[in-house]
Amino acid sequence: MENFTPVEALIGGAMIGLGALILLVFYGRIAGISGIARSALFVREGRSWRLAFLAGIVAGPLLLGTILTDFSYSTPQLSWQVIVAGLLVGAGTGWGSGCTSGHGICGVSRLSPRSVTATVLFMLSGMLVATLLH
Amino acid sequence: MPIIVAFIAGLLMSAGIAYSQMIDPNKVLGFLTLNANWDPSLILVMAAALAVYSSGYWLVIGKGKPVLAQSFSLPNKQGLDKPLIIGALVFGAGWGLVGYCPGPALAAVSSGSHGTLAFIAAMVAGWYISLKLGK
Repeated sequence: MENFTPVEALIGGAMIGLGALILLVFYGRIAGISGIARSALFVREGRSWRLAFLAGIVAGPLLLGTILTDFSYSTPQLSWQVIVAGLLVGAGTGWGSGCTSGHGICGVSRLSPRSVTATVLFMLSGMLVATLLH
Repeated sequence: MPIIVAFIAGLLMSAGIAYSQMIDPNKVLGFLTLNANWDPSLILVMAAALAVYSSGYWLVIGKGKPVLAQSFSLPNKQGLDKPLIIGALVFGAGWGLVGYCPGPALAAVSSGSHGTLAFIAAMVAGWYISLKLGK
């Protein structure tokens, strides 16, 4: 467990929870990032707040980069795996109505049986594929 | 509705994704890949997010209405169905393949990485497919 970063994980996780909570308290909305992005693209109603939220998603790491001097992260190489993964993540979150934020954080907090089920399934499926391939 | 609040919500979430290093697909794969170097960090990210969100949720829900909206718009679908189960399994497979879920991929747009941008383009295509191909 040499890569374990518990302090950053707890602080970062609390920030994620707080951001999602702000959306609930002010807009009464679930902070599902895939659902918000999907609706911003394919639904006209409510587009402005969704685009503002997504602009915030894009701006977050830029802001962090100006505050922290040693902030960097890796990105995947362009490959067929990246394309296949993107298609699977898109279609899967579309059919399953959510991702790690909407189901995993908001839905599990609400004790929604659908979200708890989805979260267990995508965790297991992700672990299976990652462990077999990496 | 003042959209600046939505911007701040997104900003906080992605700053958290970045600070916890979940923006880095290798960090996420370190959790999803069960081996000797297993990295449990993602569990603590989820635990902290759940602790903050759930305590807030149960405080505000059922009490009045949101500050900037008429009512809470929460998912009302009940019960498990095939799209949910298949969707979650398909999403998980894509997640385990590269280590990206939608939030971190979108948060990493400013990197300009071709891999990240290709993932997002394919994800948008996947959303379109799910819209057209049965629910």
